[in-house]
Amino acid sequence: MSASMLMEPTETRGQRRGRPTWYLYLLAGLVSVSLVRVLTGAHEIDSEGSLRAAIVSTCPILLAALGGLWSERSGVVNIGLEGQMLLGTWGAAYCTYWYGPYWGLVGAVAFGALGGLIHAVATVTFGVDHIVSGVALNVIALGLTTFLAEAYFADLDSEYGHGGAQQLTGLKKPLSITIPGLSDGASSLAQKHWFIVSDLAAMVAALTHRISIVTILVFLLVLLTGWLLWRTSFGLRLRSCGENPYASESLGVNVRLYKYIAVVVSGGLAGLGGGYLALVSSPGFHTNQTNGRGYIGLAAMIFGNWRPGGILLGSGMFGYTDSLQLRDPDVIHALLLLVGFWLLVFAAFRIMRQQTVSGIVLGAFGVGFLLWFFLTDSVPSDFVSMTPYVATLLVLAFASQRLRMPKADGLIYRKGSVG
Amino acid sequence: MNKVLQGGMALLAPLIAIVAAVVVTSLVLMVAGASVGDFWSLIFQVPTGRNWVNIINQTSMIFLAALAAAIGFRMNLFNIGIEGQYTLASYAAALVAGAAIFPGKLNVLVALIVAVVVGALWAGIAGVLKVTRGVSEVIATIMLNAIAITIVGYLLSNHGQQYGQGRRTAPLPESSRFKGWQLFEKTDGNVWTLVLLAVVVGIGVSVLINRTRFGFDLRATGANEAAAVASGVNVKKMIVISMLLSGGIAGLIWMPALFGQAGYYGPTFQHQLGFTGIAVALLGRNRPLGIFFGAVLFAWLSEQANKLQLQAGISPSIVQITQGVVVLSVVVAYAVVQRWRAIAEQRALRTALDAGVKPEGVSAA
Repeated sequence: MSASMLMEPTETRGQRRGRPTWYLYLLAGLVSVSLVRVLTGAHEIDSEGSLRAAIVSTCPILLAALGGLWSERSGVVNIGLEGQMLLGTWGAAYCTYWYGPYWGLVGAVAFGALGGLIHAVATVTFGVDHIVSGVALNVIALGLTTFLAEAYFADLDSEYGHGGAQQLTGLKKPLSITIPGLSDGASSLAQKHWFIVSDLAAMVAALTHRISIVTILVFLLVLLTGWLLWRTSFGLRLRSCGENPYASESLGVNVRLYKYIAVVVSGGLAGLGGGYLALVSSPGFHTNQTNGRGYIGLAAMIFGNWRPGGILLGSGMFGYTDSLQLRDPDVIHALLLLVGFWLLVFAAFRIMRQQTVSGIVLGAFGVGFLLWFFLTDSVPSDFVSMTPYVATLLVLAFASQRLRMPKADGLIYRKGSVG
Repeated sequence: MNKVLQGGMALLAPLIAIVAAVVVTSLVLMVAGASVGDFWSLIFQVPTGRNWVNIINQTSMIFLAALAAAIGFRMNLFNIGIEGQYTLASYAAALVAGAAIFPGKLNVLVALIVAVVVGALWAGIAGVLKVTRGVSEVIATIMLNAIAITIVGYLLSNHGQQYGQGRRTAPLPESSRFKGWQLFEKTDGNVWTLVLLAVVVGIGVSVLINRTRFGFDLRATGANEAAAVASGVNVKKMIVISMLLSGGIAGLIWMPALFGQAGYYGPTFQHQLGFTGIAVALLGRNRPLGIFFGAVLFAWLSEQANKLQLQAGISPSIVQITQGVVVLSVVVAYAVVQRWRAIAEQRALRTALDAGVKPEGVSAA
């Protein structure tokens, strides 16, 4: 119980009262999206297909971010998420080919967890700099998965999959679920393009039509993580290791054990993210399949202020823009309006709170986006892929004062050497 | 602890690392059913003339990349954005050089300056964000990497020349190219002239870090920021300057290849050097000399690995495992050695205090 005193409250109740709560934000977001859709006629902005693609792109990033959350809450920076994801892609492909897709998921988790274990041994037992260990792990994982793919997948060819020097395609996929009546009804309602109603219907349709059970598992894992880390004494102890390990140690918490658990779970989650890429997002495994998603997951976690809800939001943003690249260019143009509008809203908030300078800068960006929208007819697709990165930079630049990472995050812990 | 023992320990760690890398690589080869003997005999085979030329050329670029990373590491800044910085800088330099505004070798000089400035400014964004808004340079540079690569892709596809399957910038005029030195047969290729750039920058960085006030402040900030602040170091200024320096050096990474061989920015551009540089900087303990040996090792492994596929049927990606394991085990070995050293120092201190003598070189704290 006393360990709870170690945690600084991130915000006091008084502060919270003045601010609109999250569901108001959600509602405002929904209304603004719907309004932009109706005004511009870019219905693909949140059509069933777009949302489904966005969910599929979000999941791997979300899993990586969740992995990062576990690790960093225990005080270990895990930049090796990328490598752990890569190991997961290989593990998923190998186990799926030989034992079926569900063992494939197990294989993904196991290989990712193995990567986590290596990171834990280096950082917790040997006290190596966390970033150094992570970078090395990424190099090793890329080499290892490429090498093992050539060694094990090149000659495979059967009904279970078709191998190549750098790939293994045609793997069996985990089950997808459709809820018969609901999904059809929602689908046809979404086609009507009504204000608000169709947006909600598209959401329901995307969630009830051909949704992979792995996707459902991913969202359950977010809930489970939130509950475990914030509602149980296990979670309290784990987080206390990331805030002040020496205080936890003095209260009898086995800090090393908790860090080990956290980093191995972190690797397992990232590995599952890799498995998702190989088994759900795409028709199979290929080398370097993650292509930087581990790093993006890390950014989504920081964007989300080391909290499950924020991580969901951050990953969703990256996932949505990631999925947009393959879709209708009109949508991208319509999004300029949306972004411009929200920037102006935040600018107004800032100025009301007497943060004039950042308010003006945000406002200028907002006006810029609106001008861009009104003066052009299309946006080059290259700029779309850039959006999440620029957005992250802006968010960090304007909101980083409100981000609060675990206090002992990235510091090397050595048992019994407080001081 | 005496100097000889310290020197011995400094060499011990890389030695342990190399042994570990050999063991792990051999294990992976055995598991995959490949011939371990073939692998090592090919890797340690005496390089041919062409191999030597490639090793020298690659070493120069890896060395520059690692120096860029090391400047940041020396003051606890992690510039993971070298990749983006040198991509953008290489593109800009190739663009300017291809436009041939200036005649002959002056064109080269201008392009080099452009590369340094572009690389520095791109890294500077992360530096400024860190000191003014408190944004972690790790995340900022990861984002800037993605943005830089996208910008270059966009500019190339909209303003580049079509060339075969891909696109490129306008090629350099003949007068702005360097022939290089032919060390062996003509077919073995030439050592690029701007390999000298790596030598010059290496010496420059070495002097800057070890022989100047700035270098002292840099090392002091990296070793103990609180102490550095107390002694009057302006840490914010130092952060921005080191990011600029790191990015500026990063801008030069690909220049030897541009003026020695490629002649334009296009499909032949060599990616991933930024990440390789980070690994080599860690391997070389952020010291120019250590980095040099690390760069040679990495260039050697990559070059020798090219024969693996043809002569032994082994995928060349195996050397990436070797490289990664070397980096990881070298830092583990250093951590262990350092721990031993700390224990030994504590013991020495205790015995000295017990004897009632004030130990030399140990402050009251």
